[in-house]
Amino acid sequence: MNLLDVENLWVRFPSRTGVFDAVRGVSFSLGKERLGIVGESGSGKSMTGRAILRLIRKPGIVTADRIAIDGQDIMAMSERQMRTVRGQRISMVMQDPKFSLNPVMTVGEQIMESYALHANATKAETRRKALEMLEAVSIRDPERVFRAYPHEMSGGMGQRIMIAMMLIPDPEILIADEPTSALDVSVQTQVLSILDRLVEARGMGLIFISHDLNLVSSFCDRVLIMYAGRIVEVCRADRLSEAQHPYTRGLLNSLPRLDQPDRRLEVLKRDPVWRNADSVSGML
Amino acid sequence: MSGIVIKDLDVWFGSGRDRVDAVRSASFEVAQGDSFGLVGESGSGKSTILRALTGLAPDWRGKMQAGGELLGKSRTRSFYKSVQMVFQDPYASLHPRHSVDQVLSETLGLHGFSGIDKRIVNLLDDVGLGSSFRFRYPHQLSGGQRQRVAIARALAPEPQTLLLDEPTSALDVSVQAEILNLLTDLRAARNLTYLMVSHDLAVVGHMCERIAVMRNGEIVEIMSVGDMRAMQPVHEYTKQLLESSRGYVRAELSA
Ligand SMILES: Nc1ncnc2c1ncn2[C@@H]1O[C@H](COP(=O)(O)OP(=O)(O)OP(=O)(O)O)[C@@H](O)[C@H]1O
Ligand SMILES: Nc1ncnc2c1ncn2[C@@H]1O[C@H](COP(=O)(O)OP(=O)(O)OP(=O)(O)O)[C@@H](O)[C@H]1O
Ligand SMILES: [Mg+2]
Ligand SMILES: [Mg+2]
Repeated sequence: MNLLDVENLWVRFPSRTGVFDAVRGVSFSLGKERLGIVGESGSGKSMTGRAILRLIRKPGIVTADRIAIDGQDIMAMSERQMRTVRGQRISMVMQDPKFSLNPVMTVGEQIMESYALHANATKAETRRKALEMLEAVSIRDPERVFRAYPHEMSGGMGQRIMIAMMLIPDPEILIADEPTSALDVSVQTQVLSILDRLVEARGMGLIFISHDLNLVSSFCDRVLIMYAGRIVEVCRADRLSEAQHPYTRGLLNSLPRLDQPDRRLEVLKRDPVWRNADSVSGML
Repeated sequence: MSGIVIKDLDVWFGSGRDRVDAVRSASFEVAQGDSFGLVGESGSGKSTILRALTGLAPDWRGKMQAGGELLGKSRTRSFYKSVQMVFQDPYASLHPRHSVDQVLSETLGLHGFSGIDKRIVNLLDDVGLGSSFRFRYPHQLSGGQRQRVAIARALAPEPQTLLLDEPTSALDVSVQAEILNLLTDLRAARNLTYLMVSHDLAVVGHMCERIAVMRNGEIVEIMSVGDMRAMQPVHEYTKQLLESSRGYVRAELSA
Protein backbone atom coordinates (compact mmCIF):
# COMPACT_ATOMS: atom_id res chain seq x y z
CA MET A 1 0.00 0.00 0.00
CA ASN A 2 1.16 3.56 -0.64
CA LEU A 3 1.92 5.84 2.28
CA LEU A 4 -0.25 8.51 0.74
CA ASP A 5 -2.77 8.76 -2.08
CA VAL A 6 -4.19 12.06 -3.26
CA GLU A 7 -6.96 11.94 -5.84
CA ASN A 8 -8.44 14.93 -7.61
CA LEU A 9 -7.42 17.58 -5.08
CA TRP A 10 -8.79 21.10 -5.48
CA VAL A 11 -8.03 24.20 -3.38
CA ARG A 12 -10.27 27.21 -4.03
CA PHE A 13 -10.34 30.74 -2.69
CA PRO A 14 -13.67 32.53 -3.14
CA SER A 15 -13.54 36.32 -3.24
CA ARG A 16 -15.81 39.20 -4.20
CA THR A 17 -14.54 39.04 -7.77
CA GLY A 18 -14.95 35.30 -8.24
CA VAL A 19 -13.30 32.06 -7.21
CA PHE A 20 -9.55 31.56 -7.57
CA ASP A 21 -8.54 27.94 -8.12
CA ALA A 22 -5.08 27.54 -6.58
CA VAL A 23 -4.95 23.74 -7.03
CA ARG A 24 -7.00 22.22 -9.83
CA GLY A 25 -7.54 18.50 -9.61
CA VAL A 26 -4.13 16.99 -8.91
CA SER A 27 -3.63 13.28 -8.24
CA PHE A 28 -0.49 11.59 -7.00
CA SER A 29 0.73 9.02 -4.56
CA LEU A 30 3.74 8.76 -2.29
CA GLY A 31 5.62 5.57 -1.54
CA LYS A 32 8.70 5.10 0.61
CA GLU A 33 10.48 7.54 -1.64
CA ARG A 34 11.73 11.07 -2.13
CA LEU A 35 9.08 12.78 -4.23
CA GLY A 36 10.11 16.19 -5.55
CA ILE A 37 7.63 18.93 -6.46
CA VAL A 38 8.94 21.77 -8.60
CA GLY A 39 7.06 24.41 -10.52
CA GLU A 40 6.09 27.96 -11.10
CA SER A 41 5.90 30.39 -8.22
CA GLY A 42 2.21 30.47 -7.27
CA SER A 43 1.41 27.16 -8.98
CA GLY A 44 -0.03 25.60 -5.83
CA LYS A 45 2.88 23.61 -4.37
CA SER A 46 2.55 24.92 -0.81
CA MET A 47 -1.25 24.73 -0.94
CA THR A 48 -1.01 21.07 -1.98
CA GLY A 49 1.19 20.34 1.03
CA ARG A 50 -1.04 22.24 3.43
CA ALA A 51 -4.19 20.64 2.05
CA ILE A 52 -2.85 17.18 2.89
CA LEU A 53 -2.63 18.30 6.53
CA ARG A 54 -5.96 20.14 6.23
CA LEU A 55 -4.20 23.39 7.08
CA ILE A 56 -5.82 25.63 4.47
CA ARG A 57 -7.07 28.76 6.20
CA LYS A 58 -10.52 30.22 5.64
CA PRO A 59 -11.99 31.24 3.25
CA GLY A 60 -10.10 28.54 1.34
CA ILE A 61 -12.02 25.40 0.40
CA VAL A 62 -10.44 21.97 -0.08
CA THR A 63 -12.13 19.15 -1.96
CA ALA A 64 -10.77 15.80 -3.06
CA ASP A 65 -12.13 12.44 -4.11
CA ARG A 66 -9.73 10.93 -1.61
CA ILE A 67 -6.69 11.80 0.49
CA ALA A 68 -5.61 8.63 2.21
CA ILE A 69 -2.71 7.77 4.50
CA ASP A 70 -2.16 4.05 4.77
CA GLY A 71 -5.61 3.62 3.27
CA GLN A 72 -7.40 5.84 5.84
CA ASP A 73 -9.26 8.79 4.36
CA ILE A 74 -8.12 12.08 5.86
CA MET A 75 -11.06 13.97 4.42
CA ALA A 76 -13.41 11.93 6.63
CA MET A 77 -11.49 12.45 9.88
CA SER A 78 -12.63 14.66 12.74
CA GLU A 79 -10.52 17.67 13.67
CA ARG A 80 -9.40 15.73 16.77
CA GLN A 81 -8.17 12.79 14.70
CA MET A 82 -6.45 15.27 12.39
CA ARG A 83 -4.47 16.69 15.30
CA THR A 84 -3.06 13.23 15.96
CA VAL A 85 -2.17 12.86 12.30
CA ARG A 86 -0.38 16.22 12.34
CA GLY A 87 1.37 15.54 15.62
CA GLN A 88 2.51 12.01 14.93
CA ARG A 89 2.16 10.74 11.40
CA ILE A 90 2.75 13.61 8.99
CA SER A 91 5.08 16.54 9.69
CA MET A 92 5.48 19.61 7.56
CA VAL A 93 8.40 22.03 7.37
CA MET A 94 6.79 25.30 6.29
CA GLN A 95 8.26 27.58 3.67
CA ASP A 96 8.65 30.44 6.18
CA PRO A 97 10.35 28.67 9.06
CA LYS A 98 10.78 31.63 11.37
CA PHE A 99 7.14 32.51 10.94
CA SER A 100 6.07 29.09 12.14
CA LEU A 101 8.24 29.15 15.25
CA ASN A 102 6.84 30.75 18.39
CA PRO A 103 8.51 34.19 18.63
CA VAL A 104 8.28 34.50 22.42
CA MET A 105 9.69 31.09 23.33
CA THR A 106 13.36 30.15 23.18
CA VAL A 107 14.48 27.65 20.59
CA GLY A 108 15.39 25.16 23.32
CA GLU A 109 12.00 25.41 25.05
CA GLN A 110 10.24 24.77 21.76
CA ILE A 111 12.28 21.71 20.88
CA MET A 112 11.94 20.35 24.42
CA GLU A 113 8.21 20.91 24.39
CA SER A 114 7.69 18.91 21.22
CA TYR A 115 10.04 16.19 22.40
CA ALA A 116 8.21 15.90 25.71
CA LEU A 117 4.96 15.30 23.84
CA HIS A 118 6.43 12.22 22.22
CA ALA A 119 8.78 10.68 24.69
CA ASN A 120 8.51 9.88 28.33
CA ALA A 121 11.82 11.35 29.36
CA THR A 122 13.27 13.24 32.29
CA LYS A 123 13.95 16.97 31.94
CA ALA A 124 17.69 16.34 31.71
CA GLU A 125 17.28 13.72 29.02
CA THR A 126 14.97 15.97 27.05
CA ARG A 127 17.48 18.78 27.23
CA ARG A 128 20.33 16.56 26.12
CA LYS A 129 18.22 15.25 23.24
CA ALA A 130 17.35 18.78 22.12
CA LEU A 131 21.01 19.80 22.08
CA GLU A 132 21.83 16.66 20.15
CA MET A 133 19.27 17.51 17.50
CA LEU A 134 20.73 20.99 17.06
CA GLU A 135 24.13 19.45 16.60
CA ALA A 136 22.76 16.94 14.11
CA VAL A 137 21.62 19.78 11.84
CA SER A 138 25.12 21.32 12.00
CA ILE A 139 24.37 24.21 14.37
CA ARG A 140 27.78 25.52 15.42
CA ASP A 141 26.99 26.58 18.99
CA PRO A 142 24.01 24.53 20.19
CA GLU A 143 24.18 25.79 23.79
CA ARG A 144 23.76 29.42 22.75
CA VAL A 145 21.10 28.64 20.16
CA PHE A 146 19.19 26.63 22.76
CA ARG A 147 18.82 29.79 24.88
CA ALA A 148 18.11 32.12 21.93
CA TYR A 149 14.83 33.36 20.41
CA PRO A 150 13.81 32.70 16.79
CA HIS A 151 14.49 36.30 15.66
CA GLU A 152 18.10 35.88 16.75
CA MET A 153 18.62 33.10 14.23
CA SER A 154 19.93 33.45 10.69
CA GLY A 155 17.67 32.36 7.81
CA GLY A 156 19.34 28.99 7.44
CA MET A 157 19.49 28.36 11.19
CA GLY A 158 15.71 28.84 11.34
CA GLN A 159 15.27 26.26 8.60
CA ARG A 160 17.48 23.76 10.37
CA ILE A 161 15.68 24.23 13.68
CA MET A 162 12.35 23.58 11.97
CA ILE A 163 13.68 20.43 10.35
CA ALA A 164 15.01 19.19 13.68
CA MET A 165 11.62 19.82 15.33
CA MET A 166 9.63 18.13 12.60
CA LEU A 167 11.69 14.98 12.85
CA ILE A 168 11.03 14.53 16.58
CA PRO A 169 7.75 12.62 16.20
CA ASP A 170 9.44 10.19 13.83
CA PRO A 171 6.77 10.78 11.17
CA GLU A 172 5.72 8.34 8.46
CA ILE A 173 5.56 11.24 6.03
CA LEU A 174 7.53 14.48 5.96
CA ILE A 175 6.39 17.34 3.74
CA ALA A 176 9.30 19.74 3.38
CA ASP A 177 8.48 23.07 1.68
CA GLU A 178 11.72 24.66 0.45
CA PRO A 179 13.50 23.28 3.51
CA THR A 180 17.04 24.08 2.45
CA SER A 181 16.72 27.24 0.32
CA ALA A 182 18.69 29.26 2.90
CA LEU A 183 21.47 26.73 3.44
CA ASP A 184 24.90 26.80 1.90
CA VAL A 185 25.61 23.73 -0.18
CA SER A 186 27.80 22.05 2.37
CA VAL A 187 25.38 22.34 5.32
CA GLN A 188 22.60 21.46 2.89
CA THR A 189 24.30 18.16 2.09
CA GLN A 190 24.53 17.31 5.78
CA VAL A 191 20.87 18.10 6.40
CA LEU A 192 19.71 16.19 3.34
CA SER A 193 21.67 13.13 4.35
CA ILE A 194 19.64 13.03 7.57
CA LEU A 195 16.42 12.99 5.54
CA ASP A 196 17.94 10.45 3.20
CA ARG A 197 18.70 8.09 6.05
CA LEU A 198 15.12 8.31 7.30
CA VAL A 199 13.80 7.36 3.88
CA GLU A 200 16.31 4.55 3.37
CA ALA A 201 16.48 3.11 6.86
CA ARG A 202 13.02 3.76 8.26
CA GLY A 203 10.91 3.87 5.14
CA MET A 204 9.70 7.43 5.64
CA GLY A 205 7.98 9.08 2.67
CA LEU A 206 9.32 12.51 1.78
CA ILE A 207 7.62 15.23 -0.26
CA PHE A 208 10.34 17.69 -1.17
CA ILE A 209 9.14 21.03 -2.58
CA SER A 210 11.98 22.99 -4.12
CA HIS A 211 13.00 25.42 -6.84
CA ASP A 212 16.47 23.95 -7.08
CA LEU A 213 16.33 21.75 -10.17
CA ASN A 214 19.85 20.36 -9.80
CA LEU A 215 19.19 19.44 -6.21
CA VAL A 216 15.83 17.80 -6.91
CA SER A 217 17.30 15.89 -9.78
CA SER A 218 20.22 14.56 -7.73
CA PHE A 219 18.35 14.03 -4.44
CA CYS A 220 14.84 12.82 -5.32
CA ASP A 221 13.46 9.64 -6.90
CA ARG A 222 10.48 11.08 -8.78
CA VAL A 223 9.47 14.64 -9.64
CA LEU A 224 6.08 16.27 -10.22
CA ILE A 225 6.20 19.49 -12.21
CA MET A 226 3.35 21.89 -11.40
CA TYR A 227 2.00 24.75 -13.42
CA ALA A 228 -1.09 26.87 -12.69
CA GLY A 229 -2.53 24.46 -10.14
CA ARG A 230 -2.00 21.32 -12.18
CA ILE A 231 0.66 18.67 -12.69
CA VAL A 232 1.99 19.10 -16.21
CA GLU A 233 4.63 16.38 -16.12
CA VAL A 234 5.88 13.51 -13.96
CA CYS A 235 9.33 12.07 -14.42
CA ARG A 236 12.16 10.15 -12.85
CA ALA A 237 14.36 12.61 -11.00
CA ASP A 238 17.57 11.50 -12.63
CA ARG A 239 15.90 12.02 -16.02
CA LEU A 240 14.74 15.56 -15.25
CA SER A 241 17.16 16.96 -17.81
CA GLU A 242 15.33 14.96 -20.49
CA ALA A 243 11.89 16.26 -19.50
CA GLN A 244 9.57 16.97 -22.42
CA HIS A 245 6.96 19.52 -21.39
CA PRO A 246 7.78 22.97 -22.80
CA TYR A 247 7.36 24.50 -19.33
CA THR A 248 9.89 22.10 -17.81
CA ARG A 249 12.22 22.63 -20.77
CA GLY A 250 11.88 26.38 -20.24
CA LEU A 251 12.81 26.01 -16.57
CA LEU A 252 15.89 23.99 -17.42
CA ASN A 253 16.94 26.57 -19.99
CA SER A 254 16.59 29.56 -17.69
CA LEU A 255 19.13 28.27 -15.14
CA PRO A 256 22.27 30.35 -14.82
CA ARG A 257 25.36 28.16 -15.08
CA LEU A 258 28.68 28.62 -13.41
CA ASP A 259 30.54 26.84 -16.20
CA GLN A 260 28.77 28.61 -19.06
CA PRO A 261 28.34 32.33 -18.45
CA ASP A 262 25.67 34.12 -20.40
CA ARG A 263 24.98 37.83 -20.33
CA ARG A 264 21.23 37.43 -20.37
CA LEU A 265 19.25 34.53 -19.02
CA GLU A 266 16.66 32.92 -21.19
CA VAL A 267 13.11 33.70 -20.12
CA LEU A 268 10.08 31.58 -20.60
CA LYS A 269 7.25 32.39 -22.97
CA ARG A 270 4.18 31.01 -21.26
CA ASP A 271 1.67 29.38 -23.57
CA PRO A 272 -2.00 29.71 -22.47
CA VAL A 273 -2.52 26.14 -23.66
CA TRP A 274 -0.45 24.80 -20.71
CA ARG A 275 -3.01 26.14 -18.27
CA ASN A 276 -5.86 24.21 -19.86
CA ALA A 277 -4.32 20.82 -20.45
CA ASP A 278 -5.54 18.12 -18.09
CA SER A 279 -3.52 17.40 -14.97
CA VAL A 280 -1.11 14.50 -15.42
CA SER A 281 -1.46 11.73 -12.85
CA GLY A 282 1.39 11.14 -10.42
CA MET A 283 -0.20 7.99 -8.95
CA LEU A 284 1.97 4.95 -8.44
CA MET B 1 31.42 58.23 -4.36
CA SER B 2 28.32 56.11 -3.77
CA GLY B 3 29.94 52.72 -3.73
CA ILE B 4 30.30 50.73 -0.52
CA VAL B 5 33.31 50.69 1.80
CA ILE B 6 33.54 48.27 4.71
CA LYS B 7 36.72 48.39 6.75
CA ASP B 8 37.64 46.35 9.83
CA LEU B 9 33.99 45.83 10.62
CA ASP B 10 33.04 43.97 13.80
CA VAL B 11 29.38 43.34 14.59
CA TRP B 12 28.18 41.63 17.75
CA PHE B 13 24.92 40.78 19.52
CA GLY B 14 24.18 40.23 23.20
CA SER B 15 26.62 40.06 26.07
CA GLY B 16 28.20 37.66 28.51
CA ARG B 17 27.95 34.01 27.60
CA ASP B 18 25.33 34.80 24.95
CA ARG B 19 27.51 37.29 23.10
CA VAL B 20 27.80 36.44 19.41
CA ASP B 21 30.60 37.95 17.38
CA ALA B 22 28.64 37.68 14.17
CA VAL B 23 31.13 39.57 11.97
CA ARG B 24 34.84 39.89 12.72
CA SER B 25 37.19 42.36 10.97
CA ALA B 26 35.48 42.26 7.61
CA SER B 27 36.85 44.55 4.89
CA PHE B 28 35.87 45.01 1.25
CA GLU B 29 35.03 47.77 -1.22
CA VAL B 30 32.48 47.92 -3.99
CA ALA B 31 32.95 50.71 -6.53
CA GLN B 32 29.85 52.52 -7.76
CA GLY B 33 28.29 50.50 -10.57
CA ASP B 34 29.89 47.24 -9.45
CA SER B 35 28.20 44.15 -8.16
CA PHE B 36 29.71 42.24 -5.24
CA GLY B 37 28.62 38.85 -3.92
CA LEU B 38 28.64 37.39 -0.41
CA VAL B 39 28.49 33.62 -0.11
CA GLY B 40 29.35 31.17 2.63
CA GLU B 41 28.24 29.10 5.53
CA SER B 42 24.74 29.46 6.95
CA GLY B 43 25.05 31.65 10.06
CA SER B 44 28.41 33.12 9.04
CA GLY B 45 27.33 36.79 9.19
CA LYS B 46 26.28 37.61 5.62
CA SER B 47 22.87 39.08 6.50
CA THR B 48 24.44 40.81 9.50
CA ILE B 49 26.76 42.85 7.25
CA LEU B 50 23.78 44.03 5.20
CA ARG B 51 21.76 44.79 8.32
CA ALA B 52 24.64 46.74 9.84
CA LEU B 53 24.80 48.88 6.69
CA THR B 54 21.08 49.70 6.92
CA GLY B 55 21.33 50.51 10.62
CA LEU B 56 19.60 47.40 11.95
CA ALA B 57 22.51 46.05 13.97
CA PRO B 58 23.27 48.56 16.73
CA ASP B 59 26.55 47.14 18.09
CA TRP B 60 29.41 47.54 15.66
CA ARG B 61 32.76 49.16 15.25
CA GLY B 62 34.92 49.88 12.23
CA LYS B 63 34.18 51.96 9.16
CA MET B 64 31.17 51.76 6.87
CA GLN B 65 30.40 54.00 3.93
CA ALA B 66 27.40 53.76 1.59
CA GLY B 67 25.02 56.01 -0.31
CA GLY B 68 27.72 58.70 -0.32
CA GLU B 69 27.75 58.91 3.49
CA LEU B 70 30.17 57.86 6.17
CA LEU B 71 27.86 55.88 8.43
CA GLY B 72 27.37 56.53 12.12
CA LYS B 73 24.75 55.38 14.58
CA SER B 74 21.59 56.34 12.74
CA ARG B 75 20.54 56.64 9.11
CA THR B 76 18.91 59.64 7.46
CA ARG B 77 15.93 59.54 5.13
CA SER B 78 18.18 60.47 2.23
CA PHE B 79 20.26 57.37 3.03
CA TYR B 80 17.17 55.18 2.55
CA LYS B 81 16.38 57.00 -0.67
CA SER B 82 19.72 55.94 -2.10
CA VAL B 83 20.29 52.60 -0.32
CA GLN B 84 17.53 49.97 -0.26
CA MET B 85 17.52 46.42 1.00
CA VAL B 86 15.61 43.27 0.03
CA PHE B 87 15.38 41.13 3.15
CA GLN B 88 16.00 37.40 3.28
CA ASP B 89 12.70 36.81 4.98
CA PRO B 90 9.98 38.55 2.93
CA TYR B 91 7.21 37.43 5.26
CA ALA B 92 8.72 39.18 8.24
CA SER B 93 9.51 42.32 6.25
CA LEU B 94 5.96 42.90 4.99
CA HIS B 95 3.32 44.24 7.36
CA PRO B 96 0.59 41.57 7.58
CA ARG B 97 -2.27 44.07 7.44
CA HIS B 98 -0.96 46.21 4.60
CA SER B 99 -1.97 45.36 1.06
CA VAL B 100 0.57 45.38 -1.76
CA ASP B 101 -0.88 48.72 -2.82
CA GLN B 102 -0.41 50.23 0.65
CA VAL B 103 3.16 48.95 0.91
CA LEU B 104 4.18 50.52 -2.37
CA SER B 105 2.26 53.79 -2.11
CA GLU B 106 3.57 54.37 1.40
CA THR B 107 7.19 53.94 0.26
CA LEU B 108 6.64 56.13 -2.80
CA GLY B 109 4.88 58.79 -0.72
CA LEU B 110 7.60 58.80 1.92
CA HIS B 111 10.21 59.58 -0.70
CA GLY B 112 8.12 62.33 -2.29
CA PHE B 113 7.21 60.78 -5.62
CA SER B 114 4.22 61.91 -7.64
CA GLY B 115 2.25 59.90 -10.17
CA ILE B 116 2.07 57.10 -7.61
CA ASP B 117 -0.68 55.17 -9.34
CA LYS B 118 1.25 54.78 -12.57
CA ARG B 119 4.44 53.92 -10.69
CA ILE B 120 2.76 51.10 -8.77
CA VAL B 121 1.46 49.60 -11.98
CA ASN B 122 4.95 49.75 -13.51
CA LEU B 123 6.68 48.32 -10.45
CA LEU B 124 4.32 45.34 -10.29
CA ASP B 125 4.84 44.80 -13.97
CA ASP B 126 8.63 44.92 -13.59
CA VAL B 127 8.62 42.10 -11.04
CA GLY B 128 6.19 40.02 -13.08
CA LEU B 129 3.21 40.28 -10.75
CA GLY B 130 0.68 42.31 -12.72
CA SER B 131 -2.10 44.47 -11.38
CA SER B 132 -4.34 41.63 -10.22
CA PHE B 133 -2.07 41.33 -7.16
CA ARG B 134 -2.28 44.99 -6.26
CA PHE B 135 -4.91 44.74 -3.55
CA ARG B 136 -3.86 41.44 -2.02
CA TYR B 137 -2.50 41.03 1.50
CA PRO B 138 0.71 39.09 2.28
CA HIS B 139 -1.13 35.98 3.49
CA GLN B 140 -2.90 35.78 0.13
CA LEU B 141 0.38 35.46 -1.74
CA SER B 142 2.70 32.53 -2.35
CA GLY B 143 6.28 32.67 -1.05
CA GLY B 144 7.68 33.83 -4.37
CA GLN B 145 4.94 36.42 -4.87
CA ARG B 146 5.78 37.95 -1.48
CA GLN B 147 9.44 38.05 -2.40
CA ARG B 148 8.57 39.96 -5.58
CA VAL B 149 6.57 42.51 -3.59
CA ALA B 150 9.65 43.02 -1.41
CA ILE B 151 11.78 43.55 -4.53
CA ALA B 152 9.25 46.02 -5.96
CA ARG B 153 9.30 47.95 -2.69
CA ALA B 154 13.09 48.18 -2.73
CA LEU B 155 13.06 49.43 -6.32
CA ALA B 156 10.34 52.01 -5.62
CA PRO B 157 12.57 54.89 -4.39
CA GLU B 158 14.89 54.40 -7.39
CA PRO B 159 17.92 53.76 -5.16
CA GLN B 160 21.56 53.99 -6.24
CA THR B 161 22.60 51.00 -4.17
CA LEU B 162 20.74 47.75 -3.58
CA LEU B 163 21.50 45.32 -0.77
CA LEU B 164 20.01 42.01 -1.88
CA ASP B 165 19.71 39.19 0.65
CA GLU B 166 18.82 35.98 -1.19
CA PRO B 167 16.53 37.95 -3.51
CA THR B 168 15.54 35.01 -5.70
CA SER B 169 15.79 31.98 -3.43
CA ALA B 170 11.99 31.66 -3.18
CA LEU B 171 11.42 32.01 -6.92
CA ASP B 172 11.20 29.36 -9.58
CA VAL B 173 14.09 29.60 -12.00
CA SER B 174 12.06 31.16 -14.82
CA VAL B 175 10.88 34.02 -12.60
CA GLN B 176 14.40 34.18 -11.18
CA ALA B 177 15.72 34.68 -14.72
CA GLU B 178 13.26 37.56 -15.25
CA ILE B 179 14.25 39.27 -11.99
CA LEU B 180 17.98 38.80 -12.58
CA ASN B 181 17.64 40.21 -16.10
CA LEU B 182 15.71 43.17 -14.68
CA LEU B 183 18.46 43.79 -12.11
CA THR B 184 21.12 43.53 -14.83
CA ASP B 185 19.26 46.04 -17.03
CA LEU B 186 18.72 48.48 -14.16
CA ARG B 187 22.37 48.35 -13.21
CA ALA B 188 23.41 49.05 -16.79
CA ALA B 189 20.90 51.87 -17.23
CA ARG B 190 21.39 53.63 -13.88
CA ASN B 191 24.90 52.57 -12.89
CA LEU B 192 23.59 50.94 -9.71
CA THR B 193 25.75 49.28 -7.06
CA TYR B 194 24.76 45.82 -5.81
CA LEU B 195 25.77 43.90 -2.72
CA MET B 196 24.17 40.49 -3.04
CA VAL B 197 23.95 37.46 -0.76
CA SER B 198 23.09 34.09 -2.24
CA HIS B 199 23.69 30.41 -1.62
CA ASP B 200 23.39 29.74 -5.30
CA LEU B 201 26.90 30.07 -6.66
CA ALA B 202 25.63 30.13 -10.25
CA VAL B 203 23.41 33.11 -9.41
CA VAL B 204 26.26 34.98 -7.73
CA GLY B 205 28.52 34.08 -10.63
CA HIS B 206 25.97 35.45 -13.06
CA MET B 207 25.47 38.74 -11.22
CA CYS B 208 28.77 39.66 -9.57
CA GLU B 209 32.31 40.56 -10.61
CA ARG B 210 33.83 39.80 -7.22
CA ILE B 211 32.75 37.46 -4.46
CA ALA B 212 33.63 37.25 -0.76
CA VAL B 213 33.42 33.86 0.92
CA MET B 214 32.42 33.90 4.60
CA ARG B 215 32.73 31.37 7.32
CA ASN B 216 32.09 31.72 11.04
CA GLY B 217 32.02 35.55 11.05
CA GLU B 218 35.05 36.04 8.84
CA ILE B 219 35.73 36.66 5.19
CA VAL B 220 38.10 33.85 4.30
CA GLU B 221 38.64 34.81 0.68
CA ILE B 222 37.70 37.43 -1.90
CA MET B 223 37.80 36.05 -5.41
CA SER B 224 37.05 37.20 -8.92
CA VAL B 225 34.18 35.57 -10.78
CA GLY B 226 36.74 34.26 -13.24
CA ASP B 227 38.54 32.32 -10.51
CA MET B 228 35.25 31.01 -9.24
CA ARG B 229 34.21 29.78 -12.67
CA ALA B 230 37.61 28.19 -13.16
CA MET B 231 37.13 26.48 -9.78
CA GLN B 232 40.38 27.99 -8.53
CA PRO B 233 39.87 28.85 -4.89
CA VAL B 234 42.66 29.60 -2.46
CA HIS B 235 40.99 28.69 0.81
CA GLU B 236 40.13 25.13 1.76
CA TYR B 237 36.57 26.08 2.73
CA THR B 238 35.90 27.69 -0.66
CA LYS B 239 37.13 24.52 -2.30
CA GLN B 240 34.64 22.51 -0.28
CA LEU B 241 31.86 24.93 -1.16
CA LEU B 242 32.59 24.83 -4.89
CA GLU B 243 32.81 21.07 -4.90
CA SER B 244 29.49 20.51 -3.16
CA SER B 245 27.75 22.92 -5.57
CA ARG B 246 27.48 20.21 -8.21
CA GLY B 247 24.41 18.62 -6.62
CA TYR B 248 23.62 16.09 -3.92
CA VAL B 249 25.92 13.10 -3.79
CA ARG B 250 24.37 10.16 -2.02
CA ALA B 251 26.78 8.75 0.52
CA GLU B 252 26.89 4.99 0.97
CA LEU B 253 24.54 4.34 3.86
CA SER B 254 25.90 2.13 6.52
CA ALA B 255 23.15 0.45 8.49
N1 LIG C 1 -5.74 33.37 0.95
C1 LIG C 1 -5.61 33.38 -0.38
N2 LIG C 1 -6.48 34.02 -1.18
C2 LIG C 1 -6.35 34.03 -2.52
N3 LIG C 1 -5.35 33.42 -3.18
C3 LIG C 1 -4.44 32.78 -2.45
C4 LIG C 1 -4.51 32.71 -1.02
N4 LIG C 1 -3.45 32.01 -0.57
C5 LIG C 1 -2.76 31.63 -1.67
N5 LIG C 1 -3.35 32.10 -2.80
C6 LIG C 1 -2.89 31.88 -4.18
O1 LIG C 1 -2.79 30.49 -4.42
C7 LIG C 1 -1.77 30.24 -5.37
C8 LIG C 1 -0.95 29.05 -4.94
O2 LIG C 1 -0.17 29.42 -3.81
P1 LIG C 1 1.00 28.50 -3.24
O3 LIG C 1 1.45 29.16 -1.99
O4 LIG C 1 0.57 27.09 -3.18
O5 LIG C 1 2.12 28.66 -4.38
P2 LIG C 1 3.52 27.94 -4.51
O6 LIG C 1 3.47 27.02 -5.67
O7 LIG C 1 3.92 27.38 -3.19
O8 LIG C 1 4.47 29.18 -4.90
P3 LIG C 1 5.91 29.63 -4.35
O9 LIG C 1 6.89 28.78 -5.09
O10 LIG C 1 5.99 31.06 -4.79
O11 LIG C 1 5.93 29.45 -2.88
C9 LIG C 1 -0.97 31.54 -5.52
O12 LIG C 1 -1.20 32.10 -6.79
C10 LIG C 1 -1.49 32.43 -4.41
O13 LIG C 1 -1.51 33.78 -4.80
N1 LIG D 1 19.33 39.83 16.60
C1 LIG D 1 20.27 38.90 16.87
N2 LIG D 1 20.55 38.58 18.15
C2 LIG D 1 21.48 37.65 18.44
N3 LIG D 1 22.20 36.97 17.52
C3 LIG D 1 21.97 37.25 16.24
C4 LIG D 1 21.00 38.22 15.83
N4 LIG D 1 20.99 38.28 14.48
C5 LIG D 1 21.91 37.38 14.06
N5 LIG D 1 22.51 36.76 15.11
C6 LIG D 1 23.55 35.73 15.04
O1 LIG D 1 24.58 36.17 14.18
C7 LIG D 1 25.11 35.10 13.42
C8 LIG D 1 25.14 35.48 11.96
O2 LIG D 1 23.80 35.57 11.47
P1 LIG D 1 23.46 36.01 9.97
O3 LIG D 1 21.98 36.15 9.91
O4 LIG D 1 24.28 37.18 9.60
O5 LIG D 1 23.96 34.72 9.16
P2 LIG D 1 23.90 34.47 7.58
O6 LIG D 1 25.32 34.34 7.10
O7 LIG D 1 23.04 35.46 6.92
O8 LIG D 1 23.26 33.00 7.55
P3 LIG D 1 22.12 32.37 6.57
O9 LIG D 1 22.82 32.06 5.33
O10 LIG D 1 21.70 31.14 7.33
O11 LIG D 1 21.03 33.38 6.45
C9 LIG D 1 24.27 33.87 13.76
O12 LIG D 1 24.96 33.08 14.68
C10 LIG D 1 23.03 34.45 14.41
O13 LIG D 1 22.50 33.57 15.39
MG1 LIG E 1 5.23 27.95 -1.76
MG1 LIG F 1 21.14 35.34 6.10
